[in-house]
Amino acid sequence: MNSVIHEKYTVAQDDFANAGKASSHIKEHLKEIGVDPQVLRRIAVACYESEINLIIHAYGGDINMDVFDDGSIQLVFKDKGPGIDDIEKAMTPGFSTASEKARSMGFGAGMGLPNIKRVSDEFDIQSSPEGTTITLLFRESK
Amino acid sequence: MKLHELFNELNWDNLTPDVSLDKDVEGVYCGDLLSWVMGNGLPNQVWITVQGHMNIIAVAGLREFSCIVIADNASIEDTVLQKATEEGIPVFASHLPVFESAKLLIEKGV
Repeated sequence: MNSVIHEKYTVAQDDFANAGKASSHIKEHLKEIGVDPQVLRRIAVACYESEINLIIHAYGGDINMDVFDDGSIQLVFKDKGPGIDDIEKAMTPGFSTASEKARSMGFGAGMGLPNIKRVSDEFDIQSSPEGTTITLLFRESK
Repeated sequence: MKLHELFNELNWDNLTPDVSLDKDVEGVYCGDLLSWVMGNGLPNQVWITVQGHMNIIAVAGLREFSCIVIADNASIEDTVLQKATEEGIPVFASHLPVFESAKLLIEKGV
């Protein structure tokens, strides 16, 4: 598979004011190139949740998007730490380590990672104290 | 049903008068936990919430909600309304609690 479109976005820690900006750009761009609306909605959910994770839980990070020549779309969220202690726990619906500030804004439902996995066709998560990388793949139909 | 037809019948404040109401309405979603709303809301729904901060605009845009209704006289900042206007997302204020707001929408045929 060759990447035909590549985009990179940087997301800063605690930047609540711009939360969702990268996801909105990605969604708009994919809409312009004619990605199926159903797939687009799944990507929007996964992208937003992952972007929020970079803001709430990580010391910021990057989003890399690739559209491959077979039409599949890959999103990679790579942060700078502090890593997830227990991935299995973090994947449990309702489990959250979000701060009071984040919770007061309606985040921290403990549905982020479960939502991301549910809407993705392929989901991979790797974490160490140096950082967490989530790799998602979307195909035209699920 | 179109949004302008619906809101002509309701005594709710239109907080974004410059935004077009020529949008379809296909149901209602109530919720304040943003991940829950992102994961379960559907396009063209009216979203009723008491959250009034900037992140509701991103959620409503990405989820393709028809509009946002801020229930129960909850506060909303002017900067949020400016952003909503830029993004073309109508925002209304309902003095009723979430349940009564949703009930009223059902009575109006949503």
